[in-house]
Amino acid sequence: MLYQLRNVSKRFTKAKETLTIFDNLNMDIPEGDFVAMMGPSGSGKTTLLNILGGIDKVTSGEVSFAGNRIDGYSEGQLSEWRAANVGFIFQFYNLMPMLSAAQNVELPLMLTNLSGAKRKENVATALNIVNLSDRAKHYPREMSGGQQQRVAIARAMVSDPQLLLCDEPTGDLDRTTADEILTTLQVLNRELGKTIVMVTHDPEAARYAKRTLHLNKGVFEDKMVMA
Amino acid sequence: MNDFTIIWKNLFRKKLRTTLMLIAIFVAFFLYGMLASVGQAFDSPGSSDDKNRMVTLNKINFTQFLPISYYDRVARVKGVTQASHSNWFGAFFQDNKNVIVSFAVDPPTYLAIYKEFDMPDAERKAFLGDRTGLAVGRAVADKYGWKVGQTVPISSNIFSQKNGSHSWDFKIDAIFDNSKVKGRDGLMIFHYDYYNETVSFGRDNIGLIVFSTETPAINDAVAKNIDAMFANSPYETSTDTAEAFSKSFIAQLGNIKLIISLVVGAAFVTILLIVGNTMVMAIRERTREIGVFKTLGFSGQRIFTQIVAEALLLSLLGGLLGLSCAVPALLLINKISAGAISGLTVQPIVFVKGLGWMVFLGLVTAALPAWSAMRLNIVTALGRK
Repeated sequence: MLYQLRNVSKRFTKAKETLTIFDNLNMDIPEGDFVAMMGPSGSGKTTLLNILGGIDKVTSGEVSFAGNRIDGYSEGQLSEWRAANVGFIFQFYNLMPMLSAAQNVELPLMLTNLSGAKRKENVATALNIVNLSDRAKHYPREMSGGQQQRVAIARAMVSDPQLLLCDEPTGDLDRTTADEILTTLQVLNRELGKTIVMVTHDPEAARYAKRTLHLNKGVFEDKMVMA
Repeated sequence: MNDFTIIWKNLFRKKLRTTLMLIAIFVAFFLYGMLASVGQAFDSPGSSDDKNRMVTLNKINFTQFLPISYYDRVARVKGVTQASHSNWFGAFFQDNKNVIVSFAVDPPTYLAIYKEFDMPDAERKAFLGDRTGLAVGRAVADKYGWKVGQTVPISSNIFSQKNGSHSWDFKIDAIFDNSKVKGRDGLMIFHYDYYNETVSFGRDNIGLIVFSTETPAINDAVAKNIDAMFANSPYETSTDTAEAFSKSFIAQLGNIKLIISLVVGAAFVTILLIVGNTMVMAIRERTREIGVFKTLGFSGQRIFTQIVAEALLLSLLGGLLGLSCAVPALLLINKISAGAISGLTVQPIVFVKGLGWMVFLGLVTAALPAWSAMRLNIVTALGRK
């Protein structure tokens, strides 16, 4: 099992009021899975994605990745863990505007010990997979939304992480471009074995996943959440 | 790509803003370079290595004369090894704006004390033997294009000749350099005898007596003896080291160091506020990007370092450019003024202190935004909560 959440709770305290996002949540994500997570706004799916990505911490419960507990990791440990294991794809691409496509893709490799030549090779490969080799030197402002999202996908996978987390990856794209992006994600899942968790509001997008989980008020409405 | 690429690209992502900040820092350090160098030059005008070089002048102030007879008496004081005298001439060439620092001196004794006036032996010999001769510092000769052998009319804004003329003709016998301090050659000297026999008033008077002692250890004792010797006379004296005299001379111009400190300080505080505020805004605009960097696995410390490095780079770029431009600016001032302010150049100490200020500016302006970025919560940064 790649990911396991056991009795996970998440609460926020704001203005002396405690808000429970979810309580005693359990979830399993096997390796090679492609999970679409759906639910109304405020259901807790983005918070759950943040917890899976190690950018937010649980209030209580156990979070295990590849058999290792990560809920007790420090900020520094989580940074290293994210760099090695997780690729993120955001709704608004979140590319660095001052860097070219190739430089954006190279960012995660700056956290590795790879040589300059090897890094360039990996960047070229990643851009080739998303069909953007000819746009390597272009800046985000010179590319369409779909192209920017493909750069973001290349950035997410360039360091070969096991897990890809996508937050509304097609939320800002038209249908045709969205389908292209989702097809790319599907290829990454099927042919490269990447485990993907995707938050989406779009039922069409969810169809590209192997399974869909519905979260409502911090509770999964599905039965097959755990293995 | 490395961290420097990111730092550089971030610095110049908004070119107009960065250019304006660079200009602000440039101006601050250009001012600093100029004013601190002037302060440095004023602070050690003599920079005399000869700690046993001393000066006796009228106790009232340096504009009052002493009788020439005092010179012989000072020269005979125990502990005095060599004495000479000089008169401020108030010289200018052609136009009274072309002021030249010049003294009527007793050349043999004067050059024996001021050994740093370096001139070819033949020219020295010619100057010593020519009552109407003139020895000119290199800076003055270069400014006016004077050559050895040329005769030049020099006017005084103080003295006149018996025939009513304010102008004296001098033959340039020697051009000298200052072997101790480069650039301290913006002056000229001529024979006191020639001046004394032609001047319409103030004959047999001298401005000051300069002398060397056997050792700096006896400076105080010699000074006391000399001043005691002339106590209660119509021309009481004040004796001190040449270095102290120079400093007290400068002090009469005002507290140069305080003025410089205030001007530079005001410029720095202003620049600090401008650059600091702009850095805070620039980093705040990048909140989301910082969140993305952290999401990708960049540690808080690494982002802190990048922001500090960016501020340091900005400060160093503007600062070094400003300080570097102060060098030719001072050279130009030196050339225009023919070295009137001796030692006016960006001294290494000014450069080193400038570098220190640049680092200080960079660190202070980066501190708050870098600290905030380091502690920034990723979820907050991404606006996801």
